[in-house]
Amino acid sequence: MLAFVIQRVAQSVLVLLVVGLVAFSMFRFVGDPIDNMLGQERTQADIDRLRTTLGLDQPFVVQYVKFLGGAVQGNFGVSYRQGRPVSDILMERAPATLELAAVSGFLAISIGIGLGVFTAIRRDGWAANTIMSLSLIGVSLPTFLIGILLIYLFSVELGWLPSFGRGDTVRIGGWTTGFLTESGLKALILPSITLGLYQMTLIMRLVRSEMLEVLRQDYIRFARARGLRDRAVNFRHALKNTLVPVITVTGLQLGSIIAFAIITETVFQWPGVGLLFINAIQFVDIPVMAAYLMLISVMFVGINLIVDLLYFSIDPRLRADRTKAH
Amino acid sequence: MKPQIVLLSAAVLLSSTALASAETLRWARAGDSLTMDPHAQNEGPTGALNHQIMEPLVIRDHSGTIVPALATEWSPSADDPNVWIFKLREGVTFHDGAAFDSSDVKFSLERAMSADSDFKELLASVKEVRAPDSLTIEIVTDGPNPIMPSNLTNMFIMDREWAEANNATKVQDYEGGEDTFAAKNANGTGPFKLISREPDVKTVLQANENYWGNDEFPLDVTEIIFTPIQNPATRVAALLSGEVDFIQDVPVQDLDRVENTEGLDVRTAPQNRVIFFGLNSGADDIANDNVEGKNPLADVRVRQAMNKAINREAIQQVVMRGQSAPAGMIAPPFVNGWDKEMDASSVTDIEGAKALMAEAGYGDGFSIQLDCPNDRYVNDEGICQATVGMLAQIGITVNLDAKPKAQHFPLINTQETDFYMLGWGVPTYDSEYIFNFLVHGKDEKYGSWNATGYDNADLNAKIEGLASNTDLAARNADIAEIWKVVQDEALYIPIHHQVLNWGMKSNIDTVVEAEDSPKFKYIKLN
Repeated sequence: MLAFVIQRVAQSVLVLLVVGLVAFSMFRFVGDPIDNMLGQERTQADIDRLRTTLGLDQPFVVQYVKFLGGAVQGNFGVSYRQGRPVSDILMERAPATLELAAVSGFLAISIGIGLGVFTAIRRDGWAANTIMSLSLIGVSLPTFLIGILLIYLFSVELGWLPSFGRGDTVRIGGWTTGFLTESGLKALILPSITLGLYQMTLIMRLVRSEMLEVLRQDYIRFARARGLRDRAVNFRHALKNTLVPVITVTGLQLGSIIAFAIITETVFQWPGVGLLFINAIQFVDIPVMAAYLMLISVMFVGINLIVDLLYFSIDPRLRADRTKAH
Repeated sequence: MKPQIVLLSAAVLLSSTALASAETLRWARAGDSLTMDPHAQNEGPTGALNHQIMEPLVIRDHSGTIVPALATEWSPSADDPNVWIFKLREGVTFHDGAAFDSSDVKFSLERAMSADSDFKELLASVKEVRAPDSLTIEIVTDGPNPIMPSNLTNMFIMDREWAEANNATKVQDYEGGEDTFAAKNANGTGPFKLISREPDVKTVLQANENYWGNDEFPLDVTEIIFTPIQNPATRVAALLSGEVDFIQDVPVQDLDRVENTEGLDVRTAPQNRVIFFGLNSGADDIANDNVEGKNPLADVRVRQAMNKAINREAIQQVVMRGQSAPAGMIAPPFVNGWDKEMDASSVTDIEGAKALMAEAGYGDGFSIQLDCPNDRYVNDEGICQATVGMLAQIGITVNLDAKPKAQHFPLINTQETDFYMLGWGVPTYDSEYIFNFLVHGKDEKYGSWNATGYDNADLNAKIEGLASNTDLAARNADIAEIWKVVQDEALYIPIHHQVLNWGMKSNIDTVVEAEDSPKFKYIKLN
């Protein structure tokens, strides 16, 4: 067991290092931050001076090693764009993204599973068919278009919901939350639907097909033959067995909700890390880009590590000694 | 009139002024201010926000004229032409109540001249700042500087004691890793006080009840809530839905939509920015063309032919939807040295252009790469695409390479491009600024934006001479002469002057400022 854990952790660290290396080798193709940092009146001497100061004249491997040296001590450097420590900025922005992701994830799972079960049970009903057709929109329409459509309908035409921002937030310690104010809750609605729609339709379709599969099994027929009520059959027996693959997929999708909130955050001017990242790319804010990419990869590697370890404890076939024996 | 009615109408009057005195203006534009530090970033949104909170010695009013702010009078010294004397306004206080005097000005100008300041080039000629008494400032330059006041219109004054107490005497530097206090806080003398600020989210300002100009300016707005909204569609939606009152950067395709909405208006004015193409005429051979062993752009006839081939009216109507003014010289119309005739001199003449090409020995044309930004100027990539078609008419095959500004501008910086788009604004409203950066040969101090390779020693000397020529008539004659060379040599191909559009609630009465920097103290609410 211990050997397995150590092996997996070592692999994860290696993945992180490689991600960082690839990121740093790409940064110079994003552009040159110097022009954004100095005004129109800069001279060649200013340019050269700043380039040396920032270490941008050095090969990217050297820049990377410097960044790593700081990062292990918790120092991600200073944002070129805002002139403030990157770790402060990330801490400031993380609550917005995490709250948005949590609400989107919750919507995606609850509505997705609910509709999935419904469309599976009422397989040929007109309501189920309508929902199935509509779900194609969620899968196929790009996020920014959904966002703009929602803004047009609910903000401009109906005037019910705000088109941008997070509303009023309440500060609790180092965390800002939009859950405690009316405008904060209202502001969450459109972005979380936009962000979660794809995942919702995905989960719904997955639950439906798994459920249809399970409903054909012998033990379901047997349960019905025993005279159990539909409700008990559908929810206690069928749904439970459907959820195993759903949970696996959902876990990974949650990671991507956080990582790919970028577009939704840009459309709704949502002050999270995704918007920060977009701004960083436009400005070539290398410290912010590097910290963001490292953070996201830590998150993905972490989720995968946990999933691996869970499998290990659940599934005895994965244990190394057993595999040798076969 | 009976006394009661008088009282009643007085009460009505009072209550209506009380209502008017709590007017919130919700303001949105694409980008947020980068820092509150007044000397760290010489950049549009940063300066625009700072202008509400802090003040320079002199500012430009809505019409572009230099008017008093913290200084009431200024003139070159009668005894020494190298000294400018500024008389400061009396009785001004900073937002924290501290008194304003010449030590604050001396401190701020010296801070703006320090190595990490983004404004130091505008003060490059300053040798010393002296404060002979508490309401006088003397700026000593190395040689006379006739346009000193126009270099000071964005040079904000901070409180020395406040900066010292908060360890903010230095401009933000990126090495240190420390948060400079001045990056998130501000203590100015301006019409509005900074109440709260969350970068990229929201900034709240409130009217300064002790402002020296409270009786002089309308100051109908008493609270400003500034939120950056990056996505153009969302920004327009926020105006249409009434969530914001005033937006900058209205996309040209949405102008009609805003204009046709009840209660909203678009106000338009020419911007202080000219868009043009640069041509590498200095190199013997260039890398980005298909002519071996020589540089077609080195021939003035080819450059003139390219200038004649551009149909500026077509670009204005089709690409810009009318939102531009065709240009014949690379100076915005407000600038000293701008000439109406020169600005109208670029006329489309395909036959003439073809003749010039043939005369230069390129009757069969050649091919060249055009480098263009796609996220910097209004419809920049569209202009370049139109240019490709227009130059094809005279046999020049243009390969367009459009990319984000962060990749485009380094090409100009390193002179790796031979044919490129650039836009230029002139904060000093004087041609010298254009010549210094775009016409003077590139060296350590001058010509940092000149990627044309053009380097004319006589012209360089003439340009350098402008800085200290106090005889304004002679100076203007020199400026006209330099422009004539620039035009005859066809160093640049001017395209157009950009037009600014501000969208707002109809009750807001304001003039659009050429610098795209609204000054809310001038705004009236009807």
